[in-house]
Amino acid sequence: MKEAFTKSMARNIYYGGSLFFVLLFIGLTVDTHRKIPKTDNSQAITESVAHGKRVWEENNCVGCHTLLGEGAYFAPELGNVYERFGNSKEAIKAFIKSRPVNGIPGRRSMPQFNLTEEELDAIADFLEYTNGIDTQDWPPNIQG
Amino acid sequence: MTYQSQAVSKLYFMAAIGLFVGQILFGVILGLQYVIGDFLFPAIPFNVARMVHTNLLIVWLLFGFMGAAYYMVPEESQRELHSVKLAKLLFWVFLGAGVLIILGYLLVPYAKLAEMTGNSFLPTMGREFLEQPTIGKIGIALVCAGFLYNIAVTVLSGRKTVINMVLLTGLLGLVLLWFFSFVNPENLVLDKYYWWWVVHLWVEGVWELILGSLLAFVLIKTTGVDREVIDKWLYLIIAMALITGIIGTGHHYFWIGTPSYWLWFGSIFSALEPIPFFMMTLFAFNMVNKRRRDHPNKAATLWALGTGVMAFLGAGVWGFLHTLAPVNYFTHGTQITAAHGHMAFYGAYVMVVLCIISYAMPKLRGRVANSNKAQVVEMWAFWMMTVSMVFITLFLTAAGILQVYLQRMSETPLPFMVVQDKMAFFYWMREVAGVIFLLGLIVYLVSFFIKGETEKAPKLVRDPAAFESQ
Repeated sequence: MKEAFTKSMARNIYYGGSLFFVLLFIGLTVDTHRKIPKTDNSQAITESVAHGKRVWEENNCVGCHTLLGEGAYFAPELGNVYERFGNSKEAIKAFIKSRPVNGIPGRRSMPQFNLTEEELDAIADFLEYTNGIDTQDWPPNIQG
Repeated sequence: MTYQSQAVSKLYFMAAIGLFVGQILFGVILGLQYVIGDFLFPAIPFNVARMVHTNLLIVWLLFGFMGAAYYMVPEESQRELHSVKLAKLLFWVFLGAGVLIILGYLLVPYAKLAEMTGNSFLPTMGREFLEQPTIGKIGIALVCAGFLYNIAVTVLSGRKTVINMVLLTGLLGLVLLWFFSFVNPENLVLDKYYWWWVVHLWVEGVWELILGSLLAFVLIKTTGVDREVIDKWLYLIIAMALITGIIGTGHHYFWIGTPSYWLWFGSIFSALEPIPFFMMTLFAFNMVNKRRRDHPNKAATLWALGTGVMAFLGAGVWGFLHTLAPVNYFTHGTQITAAHGHMAFYGAYVMVVLCIISYAMPKLRGRVANSNKAQVVEMWAFWMMTVSMVFITLFLTAAGILQVYLQRMSETPLPFMVVQDKMAFFYWMREVAGVIFLLGLIVYLVSFFIKGETEKAPKLVRDPAAFESQ
């Protein structure tokens, strides 16, 4: 690099640039907090939805599935599964309940989690709530 | 090795390599489960193997960073480490906690593990990469804080260089951002929003400071280039990393229920994220070209150049490939993401840790560099792992393109599992490449046990002053 460009100039770009963008990021975060009640479907968060999120987490569902595109890529997207299953929570519950304990020979299969009826209702409610989040029309189609 | 206390880094490097082996073994299992769906089911279901694979990666990279810091900081600060005892104690605590967490994943159903560790008191489990039980997360926080204290006292009371100050800043950021792993609101959008403050702001933020500092250290040592020049590069690289990377977090805020302006912020800033990585490539090649000594450790120089190139390809090019919102709309959450993740982690963080290990380990074992014979074997390992990682990435990219087309772009979009069957060919090819990576890793391990004659001191190239301690 040219001598005219000194180390202290480089250092100032680092300090100045980082500080500016940290502050901008914090500003955008504050603004995001203000705006998301319009898109985050938080009015739909009931006790059962909150419980469902816990069931989702404590069975590590994200270890195979994506949820709004984030997670593992081994099993289908579940952000829109409520819609894909015909807006039916019963269909979601029936699918989870029906998983064979020893899997399906040669194929991927969801484990049997032995969830209680209450947990099944909760996870279905959670997936219904997630389906209602405004995601800028993602995914592109019903297949996720 | 100039300072006695540097020796503690050897423990950390050995643990890092050991856990790396575990990570790759589980990677090969996962690759097979993609094509033989019931492989090891229900004993080790996919989600468990994946947790082990990703968590081992994070833990061994942290071991690598810690080892690197314990090796570099005394030399940079020109004093012994504040406390070797603390470094040793934290090592065993961290290793014990890490092993317990992994065994917990493998031996107990995850829901049971959550119950046993009292997840309901402070629920933090079950989120990608942050699957550790809450108590484990607290343990990681304590170990990292203790480590940071040890490093900070050493740095602040010794010679302050750009390299050790940047390293310290990066480590401080690492520890502070970890606290967001405890933030888990009921609101899924906010949960995801802050989850990225750990995941993105680590790997596309503060970890780049650590990466830059490690790379700069090895380049100073192996090339003898003037510190002023190296420092200037380092400042510019990390400046660009933070200027692009912080707002670049926005490329994760496209489709999770956040305001639409993130489509613009995320696209524009993350499109600039390749810049710091490209500068790293230029940096590494420039310094090696301008070298004032021919360091006998050719392998370390190769890793340094490799880090520059592969970090740019994996993080820079493969990141850019799917970061613009109109593209990401179709590729989000597909094998394209997996392709990028693999080469980015390998190219940036795996390689820089192997680079510092390559430089430091011979010194820790009492020689300037390994014998020529050992280095040749290490370089074989470099090429086997690096080339097979390129192929893993290419096959996953091919799989991803097929997936995006069949599932999201064709006139009659097919269901996920139907598409997965059609991608099997590429998954098989990826598995073959994965096995070659494992073979490369075995060759790497073997290189540590190869004897032969070793050189004592670096050969001069141009300037005798280069010998002076830099």
